[in-house]
Amino acid sequence: MNLQPPTGGVSAGLETGKSRGKESGDSVTKGLMNRVPCALAIALSIVLSLLLNFSPRSAFAADDEVANPAAAPSAPVLSTIEQALADLTSENAETRSAAVAFLIEKGDASLIPKLDEIRATADRVVRQAIKPVVDLLKNRANLSSELPDYRRSAAADLASTGRREAIAWLQAAAAKEEVWWVRYTMEESANLLELRSGDPSAKLAAVKKLGELRSQNSVTLLQELIEAGKPAEATDEQKSLASTATASVSQIEAWSTKANIIETIFRGISLSSILLIMSLGLAIVFGLMGVINMAHGELMMIGAYATFITQQAFIAWLPPESFDWYFPASLPLAFLASFGAGWLLEATVIRFLYGRLLETLLATWGVSLILMQSARVYFGDLTAVIAPQSLRGGAQVMVGVYLPYNRIFIIILSVVCVVGIYYLLFNSNLGLRVRAVTQNRNMSACLGIPTRKVDSYTFAFASGLAGIAGWALTMVGNVDPGLGQNYIVDAFMVVVTGGVGKLAGTIWASLGIGGLNKVIEPFTGAVYGKVFILVGVILFLQWRPSGLFAAKGRSADA
Amino acid sequence: METKQPHDSAGVKHDEQVSEDRGSSRREFLGQTGRVAAGVGVAALLGNLGNYALSYAAGGPPIKIGILHSLSGTMAISEVSLRDVVMMAVEEINQAGGVMGRQIEAVIVDPASNWDLFAEKAKQLLLQDKVSVVFGCWTSVSRKSVLPVFEKNNGMLFYPVQYEGEECSKNVFYTGAAVNQQAQPAVEYLMSPEGGSYKKFYLLGTDYVYPRTTNKILRAMLLAKGVPAANIAEEYTPFHHQDYQTICGKIKKFAAGGGAAVISTINGDSNVPFYKEFGNQGLRAEDAPIMAFSVAEDELRGMDTSALVGHLAAWNYFQSVDTPQNKKFVASFKAYCKKNNLPDGENRVTDDPIEAAYFGVYVWKQAVEKAGTTDVDKVRAAVYNQKFLAPGGTIMMDCCNQHTHKPVIIGEILKDGQFKSVWRSKGLVKPEPWSEFTNPEKGCDWISHQGTYQKK
Repeated sequence: MNLQPPTGGVSAGLETGKSRGKESGDSVTKGLMNRVPCALAIALSIVLSLLLNFSPRSAFAADDEVANPAAAPSAPVLSTIEQALADLTSENAETRSAAVAFLIEKGDASLIPKLDEIRATADRVVRQAIKPVVDLLKNRANLSSELPDYRRSAAADLASTGRREAIAWLQAAAAKEEVWWVRYTMEESANLLELRSGDPSAKLAAVKKLGELRSQNSVTLLQELIEAGKPAEATDEQKSLASTATASVSQIEAWSTKANIIETIFRGISLSSILLIMSLGLAIVFGLMGVINMAHGELMMIGAYATFITQQAFIAWLPPESFDWYFPASLPLAFLASFGAGWLLEATVIRFLYGRLLETLLATWGVSLILMQSARVYFGDLTAVIAPQSLRGGAQVMVGVYLPYNRIFIIILSVVCVVGIYYLLFNSNLGLRVRAVTQNRNMSACLGIPTRKVDSYTFAFASGLAGIAGWALTMVGNVDPGLGQNYIVDAFMVVVTGGVGKLAGTIWASLGIGGLNKVIEPFTGAVYGKVFILVGVILFLQWRPSGLFAAKGRSADA
Repeated sequence: METKQPHDSAGVKHDEQVSEDRGSSRREFLGQTGRVAAGVGVAALLGNLGNYALSYAAGGPPIKIGILHSLSGTMAISEVSLRDVVMMAVEEINQAGGVMGRQIEAVIVDPASNWDLFAEKAKQLLLQDKVSVVFGCWTSVSRKSVLPVFEKNNGMLFYPVQYEGEECSKNVFYTGAAVNQQAQPAVEYLMSPEGGSYKKFYLLGTDYVYPRTTNKILRAMLLAKGVPAANIAEEYTPFHHQDYQTICGKIKKFAAGGGAAVISTINGDSNVPFYKEFGNQGLRAEDAPIMAFSVAEDELRGMDTSALVGHLAAWNYFQSVDTPQNKKFVASFKAYCKKNNLPDGENRVTDDPIEAAYFGVYVWKQAVEKAGTTDVDKVRAAVYNQKFLAPGGTIMMDCCNQHTHKPVIIGEILKDGQFKSVWRSKGLVKPEPWSEFTNPEKGCDWISHQGTYQKK
């Protein structure tokens, strides 16, 4: 670092010299040949004077360092640290590991920017070599970071380095830590490192503590201890360790089962919310209007592509800081795009096919194929929507339970949508008309309700809901022409199981199917999980052909 | 295209004559029209003949080849690029004077990602269009569905995609990797100190023949290398699976304590939800890297790579391979896509199957020139031992088992959707259609045996 200003100055000086030389070159072209030596001499003298100007300064800087060794104790080490940094990228594995050892011993957090710089450009081998150094240095610094996330991952990473130096750092950090989850990780990491130490009593304490912490990360190590205590020739020490480890493992396993149940419930709810949000629109179209809309999935696709286009517009025209705002901005656009497409679809195709179930199926199937292939032709290929920063990662709510933000977001969104639809259908003038037309079209028409218009609005609104679903699903899946096809079957399954014509049925059916799927999947795997769900739905419909909530009363036959 | 021109010129003539006879009666006009029509026919015939004569002068009629890749449906995403690159190779060869002085004429059919249609279209290419060779297929199931057609009619298929092996047909040339040229070296790399000395492996795939067979071989290999069965997990998901919550939760538990890697044979559009969920559940490439066999540059083009950076993939070629012929190949592919107004134009990328499809055309060309004919049996014999300087480096066709000797490269995914090579095999890896781990007694040889044989 200290060398930087002089070198910079000299090179600047040289540059000035060069530019002067160039000027003299210009004068040569003007024909003044006799002045060449003169110009060169001037240029040379400028360079020399610059050099001379600088050399005392750099000498002074060097004097400064030598004069104050106490003030800058790292000064003499610095050059060797730089040497070690250079060695890190060496081809030779031994030189690399020597450099790594040296840096861990002598380095501190101030080296991290440089190491990161090397890491960014280096290949995998070097990165693997640098990793322990960066981990230790960065993590040590990060233990006292402002952000809890940084402190936590620092603590977790320190455990994997296997360096005993870190125990003291971790314990010191844990003592003043306020966030429980961060403190937990610090304690866990310290104990994991302790477990690798030679001291038997410390080991025993660590085994006990890890059991109390319900540390899933320690299970492999604890199993090794148990195995070591099994043979007859094992020492008493090993045996007592093994018995404590057994107790700890059972403690951990019991907790892990509990955590697993909670996570499974969350996953079930998450899958249900996805199923719900994509079937809501369909429930209205199919359930209330009696139209089998096979293009519903493609309306979702339109919503997803609207999100994608908004994102591209933000990238192209707005500053990068505001990038994350593309996501909320695209919500109304996704809704409107699908709303418009739905309105158009109703006006041009579906309007002529009301009451003819099979024809609507075929016609909308055709429309879905057209939409799909046009998306393929226009957008060409897979297109990616980048999640905004706030929807990445997740929250640790308890030991072993980690909930991704994007899932939480979709759960909340689906609840908001359900509340919104209920309000609209049962608490607004428009909803009243929709319900009236659904129950008795002719009577409603007689009473002066414009049934055509109501049909048009309802269909477009349901399509808009599909657009919102497409918007939300960009956070978990991809945006491609086949997007709709992936969801349409599930959506129909939910609506039919729930009972055609009943929103409550759709809600309960999505909860049931999503929940059951996630309960079955851990035991059977994803493939058979799906098979079981389908078999379950078929059997259920045998038992209750009109679904969970059958429409009753006079309107049931209509 | 070429036969169209005479028609057009005849059409112009027709117009001129009609305008000259504006004043004539209706009967005369009809008679005139009849004569003109006959004239047009004769002109077209002559034009065609002239055309033929021209092409004969250049060495003979054009050689017909078939391209059998899905241009619509789910597989179009991957297969359209292969059609494009084969057409580019054809154009290059034609511009350089064709094969034995004859131009190549490509017959393109669209099997629409439909396995039955694949067989039907293959039949059409072989029997109706009488093509000399077919370049096509991507999925194993499409290859299996056309296989009987090619064997019955003695056709020749160049198959450019990495696959699960256990096949040895004399009517197919496999220019993609066998399992021992991609999956096996990749897992060996992960087990090596250089690759991170991983001890636990989570084999995750889409539920169809390629992942199942590959994982069967990998499991046998891992067991043979002393990895305990408890440290191997195997799991499959249906096609288009979107919800990877449970699986990522399982991986997280599996990887707790460190030393675990995921071997992914997940195919197609399931990759995005998988990688997204993996990142969102707090798993990182440093803790448990995902080694993928079905994720290449062309797929990454459409993904949000922030969730993928640092994960690995094994192939025989990457766009980033630093050879002069590859730079030229990448540039000309981009230029070709731009020139022909293909979607994404200049932003197109090359990847392993694209390269394999490309050099397949050249290997066939060399073989035809060596054999001096397009006869399938003679060309086949000429393909054996054929060498070609492919974009990724020199490749060699095996002497007898229909497969290709290729280098193996492991790459790390970068933010821009390209790969950085982290390991490369020394020299070319010999293909083994029958894995030494699952079928040690079987071999494939069409020279000294009749295809698959029992090793003594």
